[in-house]
Amino acid sequence: MTRQQAHQLAVGLISAVAALVVIPIVLVILFIIVRGIGTLDWEFITTVPRSGMKEGGIMPAILGTVILTFGTAIACIPLAIGAAIYLAEYARDTRLTRWVRLAIVNLAGIPSIVYGLFGLGAFVLFLNLGTSIIAGSLTLGIMTLPVVISTAEEAILAVPQRFRMVSLSLGATRWQTIRSQVLPQAMPGIITGVILGLSRAAGETAPILFTVSAFYLPRLPHSIFDQTMALPYHLYVISTQVPDMPLSIQYGTALVLMLIVLSLTLIASIVRTKMRRRREW
Amino acid sequence: MSDEPVRPKPYVGLFSQVSPSDRLRLRGIIDFVIERLIQFAGVSTIFIVGLIFFFLIREGLPAFLDIPLRQLFGGRWYPIDDFFGLWPLIVGSILVTVGAIVIAIPLGLTTAIYLGEFAPQWQREILKPLIEVLAGIPSIVLGFLGWVVLAPIVQRLGAPTGLTVFTGSLILAYMSLPTIISISEDALYAVPKEYRDGALAIGATQWQAVWRVVLPSARSGLVIAIMLGIGRAIGETMAVMMVTGNAANVPGLGLDMLFQPVRTMTATIAAEMGEVAQGSLHYSVLFAIGIVLFVITFGINSLAGRLMGTQAGRRRKENI
Repeated sequence: MTRQQAHQLAVGLISAVAALVVIPIVLVILFIIVRGIGTLDWEFITTVPRSGMKEGGIMPAILGTVILTFGTAIACIPLAIGAAIYLAEYARDTRLTRWVRLAIVNLAGIPSIVYGLFGLGAFVLFLNLGTSIIAGSLTLGIMTLPVVISTAEEAILAVPQRFRMVSLSLGATRWQTIRSQVLPQAMPGIITGVILGLSRAAGETAPILFTVSAFYLPRLPHSIFDQTMALPYHLYVISTQVPDMPLSIQYGTALVLMLIVLSLTLIASIVRTKMRRRREW
Repeated sequence: MSDEPVRPKPYVGLFSQVSPSDRLRLRGIIDFVIERLIQFAGVSTIFIVGLIFFFLIREGLPAFLDIPLRQLFGGRWYPIDDFFGLWPLIVGSILVTVGAIVIAIPLGLTTAIYLGEFAPQWQREILKPLIEVLAGIPSIVLGFLGWVVLAPIVQRLGAPTGLTVFTGSLILAYMSLPTIISISEDALYAVPKEYRDGALAIGATQWQAVWRVVLPSARSGLVIAIMLGIGRAIGETMAVMMVTGNAANVPGLGLDMLFQPVRTMTATIAAEMGEVAQGSLHYSVLFAIGIVLFVITFGINSLAGRLMGTQAGRRRKENI
């Protein structure tokens, strides 16, 4: 076998393996869409479940997920952006900074179920918030921190140094520079990171198992101290915990969940490309 | 009249009533406060990791104190009769994770090589978002598909049940692929173009350049990718819980152990926490499993973070 043939063989094999990765992804998405689309109608997304969840819609679960996602945003955004500004603008290469970075890598790696345990121990029991929207939002918010911090830091670092220099040379203080020059320029990247983080949070089940989720609650929550249904947990419940559940409702729920999460991902990437085109540097 | 200096427009804002010197002082105070807040936000990440560990210990410590270690890591998990042996769960987690990694490493690295070195631009623009989409699909959706579609297929292949180590590994492999692919692609991208050009210039084919030059120089990045992939796989909960059968037994050695049901540490916590009385021994043991998971992933990620740090340091030095 000549070297050229070896090259062609290798490239052929590599493309085949890449196809093996990509094709199942497409199949999974198409499969869920094809099987779920028949269930998806106005009634399904706007009414409460009936007769032991075997009929009716999934409105409380959809709304629960939306509320939790907002709660997650409120819990995580200030801290995450603060930490990102710290790392990108203030931190020097000290031992403390290295610890902060190590902490972020570790936060990103902690299993979601361990976040669930933490939320149960810290928010539900210790702070006595009970299984509630606020306990779940805090848990999900902390879980989302590392994603948002890393993307926001990258976005801030990408702002050219000369923007800062000009601002500082005009007499602005460091914080004025960051607020009026750096952050506006970095905003698209930061928003992308936030949306990506939220899309992960919206699809998570394990952290909300013991912190928010109601098995079956066919009404809307009254306050942030109330339990709520949520789509991922609802999908788990109807596919494994309820016998004789019609498959159509299961696929419909999976489709709605997937659409919500993927459309958030899509929005994030649109924001990124749109803003990159408008960039001033 | 004419030599009166041109005054700047008065500053109209929050502090327009304050005299200029006071305004400067105020600005200094605001800056000081905000910078402290920012610093606090940064340092709070360390604090949060500490808090997580603290609360796991707080709830899980009784398990380590009340159950002899020999029994806690013993071979019987039967909570109803107070047998809390974690060994079957640890073995379950290891089996499923190893299976996933064995599938994911060749798939992930090869795809990264394809994306980084061989794929034409238009393909890259389609494939990369697609892999991001895979990362975005909720694990519960993949678990659901594994449960209703994949498990019956595995059973038809001749396994006694469709809910097995293999089913779990296959799904976990695809769930850890985005991590492995994106990090190893970054590692390939970081290899200087001169290396490739040099190899091609002395007559190597593109494949030879990749195999002999690019891959060896990206080695440490690829190792990090695999480690983070392992970390991701071992902590996965919902999908694994739905497709591995949840039988807390240690399968006998052999190839057919791949087609037996097991129960992982993560699945045990998720499945049983809802049923235990708060403060009971069973409850603490579930937190103890959380501690074991935390320690494992902490170890893997700290090591990977270390490697990343030294790698970044080396790159900085090269740039100077």
